[in-house]
Amino acid sequence: MSKDIKIKKGLAIRLKGEADKSLSNAPRSRTFAIRPSDFHLFTPKLVKKEGDKMLAGETLFYSKQNQAITFSSPVSGTLTKIERGPKRVITSITIEADQKDTFMDYGVKTPESLSSQEIKDHLLACGCWPFVKQRPYDVIANPNNKPKAIFISGLATGALDADLDFVLQGKEKEVQTAITALSKLTDGAIHLTVAKDSVSMLSELKHVVLHKTNVLHPAGNVGTQINKIDPINKGETVWTVAAQDLVIIGELFLTGKYNAERIVALAGSCIKAPKYYKTRIGSEVATMIYDSGLTQENVRVISGGVLSGDTISPKLHLGFYHNAITVIPQGDDYEFFGWNKPVFDKISPSRALTFSWMQPKKEFDLTTNTNGEHRAFVVTGNYEEVFPLDIYPLQILKACLVKDLDAMEALGMYEVAPEDFALTEFVCVSKQPHQQIIREGLDLMYKEIG
Amino acid sequence: MGLKQNLHTLKMKYKGTKMAPAFNAFHTFLYLPNETTHNGTHIKAADDLKRTMNMVIMSLVPCLLFGIFNAGYQYNLQTEEVTSALSFFSTEFWNFSNFTIGAWKVLPLVVVSYGVGLIVEFIFAVIKGHEVEEGYLVTGMLVPLIVPVDIPLWMLSIAVIFGVVIGKEVFGGTGMNILNPALTIRAFLFFAYPTWMSGDKVWVTGAVDTVGQPDAISGETILGSLAQNNGFGDWSMMDQFLGFIPGSVGETSKLLIIVGALILILSKIGSWRIILSTLAGALCMGLIFNGVVNAGWVTESSKFFGLMSVDFWQHLFIGSILFGAVYMATDPVTASQTNKGKWIYGFLIGFISIMIRVFNPAYPEGVFLAILLMNVFAPTIDHYVLEGNIKKRAKRLKLKTA
Repeated sequence: MSKDIKIKKGLAIRLKGEADKSLSNAPRSRTFAIRPSDFHLFTPKLVKKEGDKMLAGETLFYSKQNQAITFSSPVSGTLTKIERGPKRVITSITIEADQKDTFMDYGVKTPESLSSQEIKDHLLACGCWPFVKQRPYDVIANPNNKPKAIFISGLATGALDADLDFVLQGKEKEVQTAITALSKLTDGAIHLTVAKDSVSMLSELKHVVLHKTNVLHPAGNVGTQINKIDPINKGETVWTVAAQDLVIIGELFLTGKYNAERIVALAGSCIKAPKYYKTRIGSEVATMIYDSGLTQENVRVISGGVLSGDTISPKLHLGFYHNAITVIPQGDDYEFFGWNKPVFDKISPSRALTFSWMQPKKEFDLTTNTNGEHRAFVVTGNYEEVFPLDIYPLQILKACLVKDLDAMEALGMYEVAPEDFALTEFVCVSKQPHQQIIREGLDLMYKEIG
Repeated sequence: MGLKQNLHTLKMKYKGTKMAPAFNAFHTFLYLPNETTHNGTHIKAADDLKRTMNMVIMSLVPCLLFGIFNAGYQYNLQTEEVTSALSFFSTEFWNFSNFTIGAWKVLPLVVVSYGVGLIVEFIFAVIKGHEVEEGYLVTGMLVPLIVPVDIPLWMLSIAVIFGVVIGKEVFGGTGMNILNPALTIRAFLFFAYPTWMSGDKVWVTGAVDTVGQPDAISGETILGSLAQNNGFGDWSMMDQFLGFIPGSVGETSKLLIIVGALILILSKIGSWRIILSTLAGALCMGLIFNGVVNAGWVTESSKFFGLMSVDFWQHLFIGSILFGAVYMATDPVTASQTNKGKWIYGFLIGFISIMIRVFNPAYPEGVFLAILLMNVFAPTIDHYVLEGNIKKRAKRLKLKTA
């Protein structure tokens, strides 16, 4: 069953400011926040009120759509603020942290001796379920489904991504426990993909089908791996779990605690000393950024990676699914004749007086400038160069734009997630927002087809 | 610094007004805008549409320069001011007299083409409130290169307006059109003013004015001559390859078109698939005709004999098949959009071009008609390519459920 993957279509984006492989403890954050927008299409129903005290791992809210799915507090503290946006949608839940965490005890359990249902219930009750996502739609998994397989990506190939081998160091036991638990939730296999030359402990896990791949981005995207190993058909569901979240799931079984600890890579060309920090989900990113220092003032802070992360202000908090904080220069400046002069300091997939193809090893210092204005789709054939899935990217994007549900379905919408279109968005000459188009397309399908 | 700040202040002042797109068009010509990404990818590749289009224009510049010299050279050759150029760098060709005569003729075409076309683009951008898109930058350059040198400027203006409005803007502007706008302009000229656009009068400057006089200038192209079974005339193979022959302004020099093709392919702007398959299609059709002639089905008395008996590879050197393959068929908006589709699309263009060339006695240049025809069929080709992908997916599902 094991399968070697070879990704030929893709693009290696090398950026300045890769995190140095050294680990520091982030200063303890004063406040923590959960942004419900991280849980796409899920509406929170609060269990706690402003002013309530809570333990780390205690249920904070549950999903309005499926009450079984609960979300836990990453720290012990007091719920201080619930921010709401238009139509009173909750945009952020802020918790003022105690000096030290006291954990809710969910009891030590051995997944081997539990049934599928018991594991599911346990994960749901403890707030670990949101780590399990599903395709189609790229949302939190529906616990009532039985997935045909579970996919875990054991490598990160995007620019400045956290190195999973480093992040998971010394967590063998937690990861194995989590995988054992997850393996009971599917009749199919757990597909784990690692880098071809990887020597990490991930290659020695039990209860998984191990696959090896080369490291050209987007080989590390779980969507690419699904498409190459066992593509999703209409009516099928697969679940995906991020490797770093296996640690939290494993720890829940081993210690009985929901320990939202996470090792994040603080990277980017604006960071003085890019390195790894041990922190928690929802912590203030400022604690790390100012601990490390910035090289300039005018920056973009991103929770997550440069390709699919969220823009946040330094005062805000680490996203629920993110294991990287990236800080790059803002590009809000004009460039004289920037559209026709030869370019040596930006990445380009073409050679239209752009010379990044001559410097394959160079690390670039890219800004947030769009390098051009938004245009209609004109150029063809360039997305295909960086898109390894067996799907026609331009056509599926156009199907999404015109809301043609039949075409979307036929062209493979069940298999994709926005992050799969990050590279096509990066190279897009017309500067179209591909990931947003795909997200809106998926939302429409979810609403209309379910 | 001063200019940048002043322009930024102006941009802010005009923001949201009707004139904003017009101002921005000039502003973004000078400066890459200060726009930043939002969510999605936070960084973007260096290429934008302006850079892409700019590359195409640069690959056309050698053809334009050559066309200017050639326009003068063809005139001077017939008035016996110069003798035949024997090599590519011959001073009989590259001299000031040729240049001035040619520039007088060709530069007004460029100015009118860009001037009229961009005015139409600006008007539509302002009315519809979108940015001025770059599509016309290439079209405007292509148009002077594919018209006869003596075309009256008013005729060109009307054609440009028709081409931009009917060929492009009614479909929604750049990126939405079905037909290649440059070829729409050419087709308009061809069908609206057939006496001008065909025949043997318009391909050398001065030919029209001197009709009937004893020292009349012949404006005939090789294709015209071949279509009348008159052979290649005085032109050698080398003349055709280097481009010292009468024809539309920019399409005579095969050497420089190949240079342009290399620029497009190496910069990854033009689709090598389309270029290659178009040439393959043309060669294929040429071979078939050669076969027909060799089999003796068509004799010398036939009116098709002249063009049918041309060696299959020589078809690439006469007329505008090469120019069409490199610059016209590769227009990404009107070509097939899938890689597989591009092979089929290109092949059929080449195939049909030569077919029209041989069988159309009135006007032997079939390239632009073939490309326009395939423009119309490109979405159909793509449809079947996509259907293949969809069927594959359906089959996968069936295997699973079976």
